[in-house]
Amino acid sequence: MPVRVQIEDFDTGAEIDHMRQSRMDTGAIVSFVGQVRDTNHGSDVTAMTLEHYPGMTEKALEEIVAQAKGRWDIFDALVIHRVGKLQPTDQIVLVVVSSAHRGAAFAACEFIMDYLKTEAPFWKKEQTSAGERWVEARSSDEVARERWNSDINTYKQ
Amino acid sequence: MIKILYFARLKESLGKASEEFQLPYQNFTIASLMTLLSSRGETWGREFGQGSTLRAAINYDVAREESILKDGDEVAFFPPVTGG
Repeated sequence: MPVRVQIEDFDTGAEIDHMRQSRMDTGAIVSFVGQVRDTNHGSDVTAMTLEHYPGMTEKALEEIVAQAKGRWDIFDALVIHRVGKLQPTDQIVLVVVSSAHRGAAFAACEFIMDYLKTEAPFWKKEQTSAGERWVEARSSDEVARERWNSDINTYKQ
Repeated sequence: MIKILYFARLKESLGKASEEFQLPYQNFTIASLMTLLSSRGETWGREFGQGSTLRAAINYDVAREESILKDGDEVAFFPPVTGG
């Protein structure tokens, strides 16, 4: 499965190795890891809980991967997103993309993350020294997604 | 009947994760459902009324205000997403 939603941690090195060895014509692998920060909007974050919409989450992620495959000549793409309770420095999300040349893999990896941030039904709740709070969506994430609608970023490699 | 799911901040403010709902007439839309839900009380009005930032999905697909509901649908309402 190119998409996994799980409570457990993931092994980035093992996932990259697996993708590296799955095809002899792979020339580039790009990966992104998102992790929990200990600060947000000026306050200390001691822990974070990630909620999601089982069923829709997987479908949304699969559609984002399919869109990336339609836009760039990439071989494979993997998305792992964790849910449940996480601590600062814990890994949250992994995206790994393989292709023959780096351009397509870099672009597709960033595209997948930008769409994941705005389309996939996950919600973060932060535990801070001042209590719990739901994280508000950022308009900068919408801007990051919208730039993929301009022709500059739609090249095929 | 349809099933309605509520997520994240919305689930907490409403004190409810899901409910069964009888569609009152044919061609009932997401907008009609939101108007009806907004009349249930102060919290519901604040979440579903004018200026609502909630997103909706029908059977795991993003829905629009004019999307039409049918018996057996699973409808979800939730705040803008914050994963990644």
